Amino acid sequence: MTAEATTEKARIGAPSIAGFTEEGEHLVASKVDRHHSHGTQVMASRAERITSHDVADFALPNGREEEWRFTPVRELANLLSDTPSDAGALGVTVEGPDSFVQGALRAGEAPRGATLVPADRAAVVASANVEEAQLIRIPADAELDQPVRVVITGNGAGRRTNTHHVIEAGANSRAVVILEHDGSADHNGNVEVFVREGAHLTVVSVQLWEDDARHLAQHDAEVSKDAVYKHIAVTLGGKIVRLNSNVRFAGEGADAELLGLYFADAGQHLEHRSFVDHNLANCKSNVLYKGALQGKGAHTVWVGDVLIQKQAEGTDSYEKNQNLVLTDGCRADSVPNLEIETGLIEGAGHASATGRFDDEHLFYLMARGIPEDVARRLVVRGFLNEIIQQIKVPALEERLTEAVERELAATEN
Amino acid sequence: MSTLEIKDLHVSIETEQGTKEILKGVSLTIRTGETHAIMGPNGSGKSTLASTIAGHPRYTVTGGSITLDGEDVLEMSVDERARAGVFLAMQYPVEVPGVTMTNFLRTAKTAIDGEAPKLRTWTKDVKDAMGKLRIDADFAQRNVNEGFSGGEKKRVEILQLELFKPKFAVLDETDSGLDVDALKIVSEGVNRAHSEGNMGTLLITHYTRILRYIKPDFVHVFVDGQVVEEGGPELADRLEEEGYDRYAKGAGTAAAPAAAQA
Repeated sequence: MTAEATTEKARIGAPSIAGFTEEGEHLVASKVDRHHSHGTQVMASRAERITSHDVADFALPNGREEEWRFTPVRELANLLSDTPSDAGALGVTVEGPDSFVQGALRAGEAPRGATLVPADRAAVVASANVEEAQLIRIPADAELDQPVRVVITGNGAGRRTNTHHVIEAGANSRAVVILEHDGSADHNGNVEVFVREGAHLTVVSVQLWEDDARHLAQHDAEVSKDAVYKHIAVTLGGKIVRLNSNVRFAGEGADAELLGLYFADAGQHLEHRSFVDHNLANCKSNVLYKGALQGKGAHTVWVGDVLIQKQAEGTDSYEKNQNLVLTDGCRADSVPNLEIETGLIEGAGHASATGRFDDEHLFYLMARGIPEDVARRLVVRGFLNEIIQQIKVPALEERLTEAVERELAATEN
Repeated sequence: MSTLEIKDLHVSIETEQGTKEILKGVSLTIRTGETHAIMGPNGSGKSTLASTIAGHPRYTVTGGSITLDGEDVLEMSVDERARAGVFLAMQYPVEVPGVTMTNFLRTAKTAIDGEAPKLRTWTKDVKDAMGKLRIDADFAQRNVNEGFSGGEKKRVEILQLELFKPKFAVLDETDSGLDVDALKIVSEGVNRAHSEGNMGTLLITHYTRILRYIKPDFVHVFVDGQVVEEGGPELADRLEEEGYDRYAKGAGTAAAPAAAQA
């Protein structure tokens, strides 16, 4: 590959994976094309996608729609219906340092709904069926020394639940908010994030569901002037998980990072979609999702949309997805979409690479005395650690590393 | 002293045209302290022998035995063989995603020794060994073999040889693709491992030039899956002058007993 590829890797700090097929390019002002896409079909601009608070604006999907074409929609009827939560189907606990504020927001009560406008059927029925959204507000200038931890526990497979969380990081505050999902449910979870001027906020959404849970989610963030937002999705459990992580800007000089890690076993469908809307000038974004797959029918999807609008001069943006296929019978779909409406940008690039850990890798490590289970662990841990170490909450990093290793142990047995 | 004994080894592989026998009865005995060179033309089965000793799953042993001090090597898994003291320096070392050299070397050393190496001495040992093999310090933080040139990969194989201190080293065409300077560096590494430890070496090569730097005690000529001639270092000198051509006829006769067995 060219020197451009090296630059890309250097920028993102992500070593490329040897033996991987790689697709990517680095677009600069001189060779910008509009509607730059590697999808299998020509799509309408992401900007034209319908968003609305009205359930009537979203028909039930049949699976042929662009935004649903990878998703097993037939298994999602319960989640896509306009119904309230089943009583007692969900437990939510919130803990953290004293310095944050909790509250409840009804529909129309600011700032609820200002940033998260549902972009699909799941999000709109979730929004419509949550009477009181849970507010987590970090006061301006507060620096939280401990993360805020929201534990969302499903009390049974097939039971419908809807939630809407509003996280507001006040100006110049510093905080980490962790949303942990466990147990089982048919869960629609909306998360709405405001990162006010100069604030630094990390939101970690961890999916440690049981094997029969289904989870659809829209996480939308608005990042203000000079603020830094990091969203990390970690999906290990669940039968079907589909998480949309979206961001747009409310002031120049803002920085957004959308990261993700997923590990799909036999029969799991784990789908992550990201959308960075560069609607203002001089903002930065970086998207990196890494996934591992093992077992028959393991399916992962990553669709990364980046839109650089005409007025977004000086944008610096990059997105990348890497998948590591550990066994036969897996499928990793990876679709980067980049739309650029101005040539006056710092940079815009994307890359997608899918490779496999095969018998030759295993032989090499075993020929050095390393037992098979240790060899697999070594490779997967190394691959996924790049995301885990971004969390910077040691206790959670440790738990997730252990959870990844349990996933590996599950196939060995 | 340890002994690696190969007796009447028959090995086949599966191809699209069916099963193909590659080794047709190979016998060799290597003792620690000895260096054996196996020489032969391409396709004679030299690398098959190397991979079979290490336990590569592609090769099926259909007859004969490999023992290490009487223990049945063929019964051991790939990692057990390595832990028993057999090291294969590979002809084409693979790139391993996601694993840094530092992490890999420490994990392997721990597996081979059965305990983690002492951190302070280990770090120094790695650094010294890398220095002697002229491997840049920044390789330690790179993923295993990732983006290394052919010559760098070979040097990293010898780095492992020096650090893991096996009883027996099988060097599978370690000299191929090396320029003279790299060949010298690599050969010095092998010679160091030889003089420092009590190691037996099976040096597999197509060319005689590496034998200018690594002196063999025994030379075995391999043609069509069999040893057709054995001798001392002087045999290598003869091969240098005459090449393998004179075995071409011999290969015909050598194939006859194999055919008779089939």
